Amino acid sequence: MASWKDISGVKQQIAASSAEEVTASYLETIEESRINGFVAIWDKALKAAREIDAGGHKGPLAGVPVAIKDNISTKGLSTTCSSKILQGYVPPYDAHVIEKLKAAGAVILGKTNMDEFAMGTSTESSHYGPTLNPWDTERVPGGSSGGSAAVVAAGEAPVSLGSDTGGSVRCPAAFCGVVGLKPTYGVVSRFGLISYANSLEQIGPMATTVTDIATLMDVIGGYDSRDSTSINRKNTYSDALKDDVKGLKIGVPEEYFGEGIDKNVEKAVWDAIGKYEEMGASWKKVSMPHTRYALASYYIIAMSEASSNLARFDGTRYGLRAEEGENWHTMASKTRAEGFGAEVKRRILLGTYALSAGYHDKYYLKALKVRTLVKQDFDRAFTDVDVLMAPTMPTPAFKIGEKIDDPLSLYLADVNTVPINLAGVPSISVPCGFSGGMPVGLQIMGKPFDENTILRAAYSFEQNTGHHKVRPGEVA
Amino acid sequence: MVYENPDGVKIGLEVHVQLNRLNTKLFCGCSTDYHNDEPNTHVCPVCLGLPGSLPVINERAVEFAIKIGLALNCEIVGQTQFHRKNYYYPDLPKGFQTTQYDYPIASRGKIVIEGEDGERIIRVTRAHMEEDPGRLQHIGTIEKSKGTLINYNRSGMTLIEIVSEPDMRSPKEARRYLDKLRSILDYLDVFNGDLEGAMRVDANVSVFNGERVEVKNISSFKGAERALLYEIMRQKNHVRRGGKIVLETRHFDEARGVTISMRTKEEEHDYRYFPEPDLVPMRVADRVPGILKALPELPDAKRERFISQYGIADMHARALTTEIRVANFYEEVASQVDPKTAAVWVADILKGELNYRDIGIDAFTVEDIVTVIGLVKEDKITEQSGVQIIRTVLDEGGRPQDIVVSKGLLKVEDDIVAKAVEEAVAESPEAVADYLAGKEKSLNFIVGKVMQKTKGRADAREARERVLARISK
Repeated sequence: MASWKDISGVKQQIAASSAEEVTASYLETIEESRINGFVAIWDKALKAAREIDAGGHKGPLAGVPVAIKDNISTKGLSTTCSSKILQGYVPPYDAHVIEKLKAAGAVILGKTNMDEFAMGTSTESSHYGPTLNPWDTERVPGGSSGGSAAVVAAGEAPVSLGSDTGGSVRCPAAFCGVVGLKPTYGVVSRFGLISYANSLEQIGPMATTVTDIATLMDVIGGYDSRDSTSINRKNTYSDALKDDVKGLKIGVPEEYFGEGIDKNVEKAVWDAIGKYEEMGASWKKVSMPHTRYALASYYIIAMSEASSNLARFDGTRYGLRAEEGENWHTMASKTRAEGFGAEVKRRILLGTYALSAGYHDKYYLKALKVRTLVKQDFDRAFTDVDVLMAPTMPTPAFKIGEKIDDPLSLYLADVNTVPINLAGVPSISVPCGFSGGMPVGLQIMGKPFDENTILRAAYSFEQNTGHHKVRPGEVA
Repeated sequence: MVYENPDGVKIGLEVHVQLNRLNTKLFCGCSTDYHNDEPNTHVCPVCLGLPGSLPVINERAVEFAIKIGLALNCEIVGQTQFHRKNYYYPDLPKGFQTTQYDYPIASRGKIVIEGEDGERIIRVTRAHMEEDPGRLQHIGTIEKSKGTLINYNRSGMTLIEIVSEPDMRSPKEARRYLDKLRSILDYLDVFNGDLEGAMRVDANVSVFNGERVEVKNISSFKGAERALLYEIMRQKNHVRRGGKIVLETRHFDEARGVTISMRTKEEEHDYRYFPEPDLVPMRVADRVPGILKALPELPDAKRERFISQYGIADMHARALTTEIRVANFYEEVASQVDPKTAAVWVADILKGELNYRDIGIDAFTVEDIVTVIGLVKEDKITEQSGVQIIRTVLDEGGRPQDIVVSKGLLKVEDDIVAKAVEEAVAESPEAVADYLAGKEKSLNFIVGKVMQKTKGRADAREARERVLARISK
């Protein structure tokens, strides 16, 4: 296994050898991987690293290898959302975040495994098979950015990008013991991100340290005229890295410690809050009364949007095309029947149903109303406190196959992560302990555009604890 | 006369206007000037709906839409929004069309037309923005085609869909509505109606106040009139035979001039509209006053002004203001010659000749019509010669001044010379006799007299020939 390094470690190694050698060593590690984290490797990665060496690139990520979730478009590199229907699709353009990464000198290593079309909590619904959790290969890495989290945890890439629609960055970060940020909606351009549920999703960075998260955000954050929901607002995330939480007011929403929560998870999170108190922060319980409706609202909105977003995959222009039928409609339905997996089909059908005449008001409109109430919960809570803290996931990573045939229980696992996406606020998951040898994530939620406060809180915690330094295989 | 509409015909029209005067498409920077180019050359990830691409609104398209809304006397919505209209079709790259649903940019307007029995107001329900899908081309005929080709050059072009209330009572009124609409759009300079796909019509028709039938895929105004005539006849015959009209969608087969059933209500699409999450709601109210101020004079206002300013007949004013280019042409002519005479020449004569040839006003110049009118006015040519000059310019080219000479149309010169020859011969019997006796030089005397009488305006050689012709009789 390669050394588990952060960006500064990688940079030291580049200084000592070369970007090419560093990239080569990561590629070697990936080759020996036993977790199925990557689904495609960029054949020009070494060449790109050589060019960085030759050009004396001064960018903040010069020579740093980055792994990219398979739903972020990369020019000349297969992008399939880990779905059969997009097999063979190579985008003719780079996503905004890829342009930014390349400009900063990053070397794209390849594409990481995910739940098909980002629909899932376990990375088991991938066409390429499940990714295994590096802490325990019998367990899931979480989802849907399971590949992006697992490859960082396994040392196959120092940092990665995922996407978070209802917790898809934070959940695998928690299950794999890494750091993952879901930025405020609009802070990172979605241009080039293959849409699952447009109004909810954001691209988010994953890394082993909060410092690296801030560095990545400095690169990928910012306005993009090609995304109408992009916000024009300047921010330097690395300015937030101060070991100081004195006077920080923490809210602890009791609804996030509900039924089915793992006792060790609960304990780890309360220990973390206790640590904050030691460091000079204060905490109080807050109530977010609409949390219990958030999950239903989230799934209706996400599935509705997905049913429309996935309509373009019809075999006409790219990707899989089923054997020609007698007409276009037959070809398109055969393509979709063959190309989409069970979970994707389930969500398309449910979303189509929710938007149908006669049900539109009963489900879709109702879900939008609940969304507003959930947002108001956050607004109300943040008049009183600076951040909210809760478990990212109610349990540690579960076993592969344990929940895959029970979609409802899988959906329930997202109970603490989806309200954030409905409200559009930022949230970070940082390692805060262990349960049964598996990592536990502490979720720190912030006010809209207040990434810096949650980064500061997470950074202080990291500086004053050692959870993030523990590697897979090192827990008793 | 009161047009009673005995058959209870009701026609409502949905007109899709392609704003091909915008330089770029509705949601991307692709060029809209694709009409003569190879298929699929004006495309990008956005208008191809490639995975991960996002739409960005063309601000100028919004401005054009407001302009059109105001010109149709519509209310402009304060804040507008786009929805997705979901359905499957190979020409639709995203599997949905981005359009406006419950917040159309413009609504509740009207268009005044010349109806069956005088002026009629046709209510405009709404005018909304949407993207044009791609275009399907079948290899060979639809029945025998081995495959369908898709050209996405058109995909993402800005369309304005203008929906009327069912206020028209005859195909003629429908045609007048379409003509008026096109006239207004021409004035606004938002589109070139001559390009393929620039204006497409769907019609809703009912008779005897029965169920309405939608006729789709009508691609020309002439086609609209034909489709409506056929459909009304079909419905009336059906009812007279005891049949019942059901809510359905029919396709107009342009080649055969008939409508064919596509689907009945049970098969109607459920489009599953919902707000386009990639485009945030857009406030447009603030832009309205500025656009209103910059709105050009429209056909009705111009017609009234022509009547009062130039004192011309209503009929002429109508003919002159239908097309903005004709109106501008007329005003230039009227600034140089008597406006009433100009109206007759431009509206009746020139437009008649242009219509006969199915060509536009650009085929003639202001300078040439002023010359022709001048020649008639000065009595140098007859009116009929004037018409002949116009025809010659249109059919063979050339300048009126030259055509007058080459065709010998100059009335005044001709008569003077003829008269002078007549007089000179009559006054010189001796010289005539001498000439006839073989004294060639006597002819010069007579020609000299002709030149004297015409004050040198006659051509000497021509005068000599005319004298000769006169005395050799």
